[in-house]
Amino acid sequence: MNNTLLTGIELSYLVAAALFIVGLKKLGSPATARQGNVIAAVGMLIAIVATLIDQSIVSYELIIVGIVIGSLIGAVTAQKVAMTEMPQMVGIFNGVGGAASALVAVGEYWRLLDKGTNIGFDAVLIAILGILIGGVTFTGSILAFAKLQGLVSGSPVTFPFQQPFNASLLLAFLAGSVYLFIHPTSPEILLALVAISLVFGVMFVLPIGGGDMPVVISLLNSFSGVAASVVGFILYNNMLIIAGALVGASGLILTQIMCKAMNRSLTSVLFTAFGGETSGTGNGAT
Amino acid sequence: MSPELLTGLVVFVLASFVGFEVINKVPPTLHTPLMSGSNAISGIAVVGALLIAGTQDWNVTTSLGFFAVILATINVVGGFLVTDRMLQMFKKKEAK
Repeated sequence: MNNTLLTGIELSYLVAAALFIVGLKKLGSPATARQGNVIAAVGMLIAIVATLIDQSIVSYELIIVGIVIGSLIGAVTAQKVAMTEMPQMVGIFNGVGGAASALVAVGEYWRLLDKGTNIGFDAVLIAILGILIGGVTFTGSILAFAKLQGLVSGSPVTFPFQQPFNASLLLAFLAGSVYLFIHPTSPEILLALVAISLVFGVMFVLPIGGGDMPVVISLLNSFSGVAASVVGFILYNNMLIIAGALVGASGLILTQIMCKAMNRSLTSVLFTAFGGETSGTGNGAT
Repeated sequence: MSPELLTGLVVFVLASFVGFEVINKVPPTLHTPLMSGSNAISGIAVVGALLIAGTQDWNVTTSLGFFAVILATINVVGGFLVTDRMLQMFKKKEAK
């Protein structure tokens, strides 16, 4: 492969990562926020163009169709959404981002399965993490969206044996993971892990009240950053790791700031329904 | 543990510290736009989606990659546009 080209791509990635950092920094202050958003968007454009130049990409039809469809859906929904529905809009965008990360994790694992090569410990570990974090982000965000939008009840939902149910899910996930480490070529176990991750996301958001959803969406945003970072580990792409880690860490801090603004602690937001206390009821939050 | 994984971990931890440091004293009005903007950045997973969607002939991996490209692009395009709309509104409010 052409060395100059490779260096160029890597340097573009470096520029993109730097622009993300500057953009995030500027987004945190009222005077520069809008500029910060544009800077981050430029970083994204550079990253995407640099990736398209990559010579491992040989067919562009699918990619172009995908980008056009995605851009249309994204642009139209972003224009149509009412200002009062912003938090849930962020939630659903976040959800599809998490889903994309999980799909890449599954897709890359499938490529290794197809190739029939030995799948090492590292590859299995990273795939499992990507599926778990991406899957939880996806269904968790969709449920958070549904709660804020009033599609489902905004009140915390608890049911008998909730905690034992969650514990057995966790055990099943761990057992499946161990099995996959020992027998990496078992697609059905991989799919089972995907399914469990999706249920996890629902179980995570279900007991949390609608009024606390913005905090939950912020936390899930942090998750989706980590999910993107895991994709970076899968593809050995440092820029992805940096961008994902940035969002993961800043999202966590932002979540904490939002909790403080509500005079709550993160643990009380996440676990009050289990303690029997009711948190705020849906609609009109933020 | 492979050297690539190790390098990745180093990069991950250092970038996390940058992420922690970049965010401080954000006024409450900016909470949602900041969340939205950083959410758009997490759509960077689109790069991973592009790489697996364009590698070979049609198979399971490229199909999954194709859907991932669609979803991640929604995340990126919608995320940045929605953030801009929110920030635009704040500006008008201040002008009044």
